[in-house]
Amino acid sequence: MSASAPESDAWPLWEVFVRAKRGLSHTHVGSLHAPDAALALHNARDLYTRRQEGVSIWVVPASAITASSPEERDAFFDPAGDKVYRHPTFYEVPEDVEYL
Amino acid sequence: MYGNDYGPTDVAAPESHKDRLPRRDEPLNAADAAALDGYFDELIDADQRIEPRDAMPEAYRQTLIRMMAQHAHSEIIGMQPEGNWISRAPSLRRKAILMAKVQDEAGHGLYLYSAAETLGVSREELLDRLHTGRQKYSSIFNYPTVTWADVGAIGWLVDGAAIMNQVPLCRCSYGPYARAMNRACKEESFHQRQGFEILWTLARGTEAQQAMAQDAANRWWWPALMMFGPPDTGELAQQGHTAQSMAWGIKRFSNDELRQKFVDMTVPQAERIGLTLPDPDLRWNAERGHYDFGPIDWDEFWRVLKGDGPCNAQRLEHRVSAHEEGAWVREAATAYARKQAERTQAGAA
Repeated sequence: MSASAPESDAWPLWEVFVRAKRGLSHTHVGSLHAPDAALALHNARDLYTRRQEGVSIWVVPASAITASSPEERDAFFDPAGDKVYRHPTFYEVPEDVEYL
Repeated sequence: MYGNDYGPTDVAAPESHKDRLPRRDEPLNAADAAALDGYFDELIDADQRIEPRDAMPEAYRQTLIRMMAQHAHSEIIGMQPEGNWISRAPSLRRKAILMAKVQDEAGHGLYLYSAAETLGVSREELLDRLHTGRQKYSSIFNYPTVTWADVGAIGWLVDGAAIMNQVPLCRCSYGPYARAMNRACKEESFHQRQGFEILWTLARGTEAQQAMAQDAANRWWWPALMMFGPPDTGELAQQGHTAQSMAWGIKRFSNDELRQKFVDMTVPQAERIGLTLPDPDLRWNAERGHYDFGPIDWDEFWRVLKGDGPCNAQRLEHRVSAHEEGAWVREAATAYARKQAERTQAGAA
């Protein structure tokens, strides 16, 4: 893979995910270039956690990410569009029933 | 730190795209309206964000690349005038603060380069455009920092102006730019406050220190006002990029509006420090509810932007030599990564 063994001299792109504190999931914060995973992690620490913004960092080669459609608007998400009955607010229940 | 969008339109546009940039007499977005079937306009009209893989007018893409690149270059070049004083900071406290600030500027440059790359331009290309002078950086960094008080004036005035510019960019229509600005703005307010504190302290020091603070304010006030870019309201509204950028939701306020806000915010702060701002026309206008201020020397602005400022050559030379002298480090890291990967592969086979 190009991310771990660069073919050209240009360093590959890494996407950075930071866990802000225990109990929260890692969240995408941005990207950076680095020649390998170890340096990507170091660079991510210096770039994205200079003020203790995280307790854990993931770096992922951008080339390893598979994304949905090239445009975020096509039929891919349509199936969920007409299924409002998946939400609790869809159902009519008597007002005086509790814990429902 | 901040670079406004006043570079020439065609600097970043590839030859094939030049004919697609809308002319000023064309309706907005005319260039690619057909290709985009209205979806881009729908998003903009609904004040939604545009994300990297959305179809967008080529002119929108090129405008953003130029603006973000210029902004990133300004952060990177902006490390030099302040870096100049790290070894001579008057105390360990001031030195630690200044190092943290200069590191932040590097960070802001990297956020912005990454965001610009989402539009399909490479990091190498962006650096090359800076190093060959094809893209500009904010003209403010072509002024020298001759005394310690200049470090204070940069934090207070230059970063103060930058914040005024960057806060509306947090709502920019291009998602990655807005997110980069969110991070930068959170970090920027310490920059302004530490600068204010430096001048506040000097203004309460010896006579020589007070004079040093006043001298810095005298030299930085007008260049700070120029940071907002040339006038772009009234008859001038159609001449620059402002009208198009505002229609696209990239800019939210005109240069003149932001400049006025900055003056209104800064004058009371100067009075509080005990500094006189170098403008005899500066006075409160009760009718307008704003401070009036004197004419800005736009000849100086264009002269400095085009390369004839006190430090243009020095700034660019220093940037290029730092890049070239760092080449062996980049090459070594690349070679090491390649060797490690080969070893891993050999072990697995």
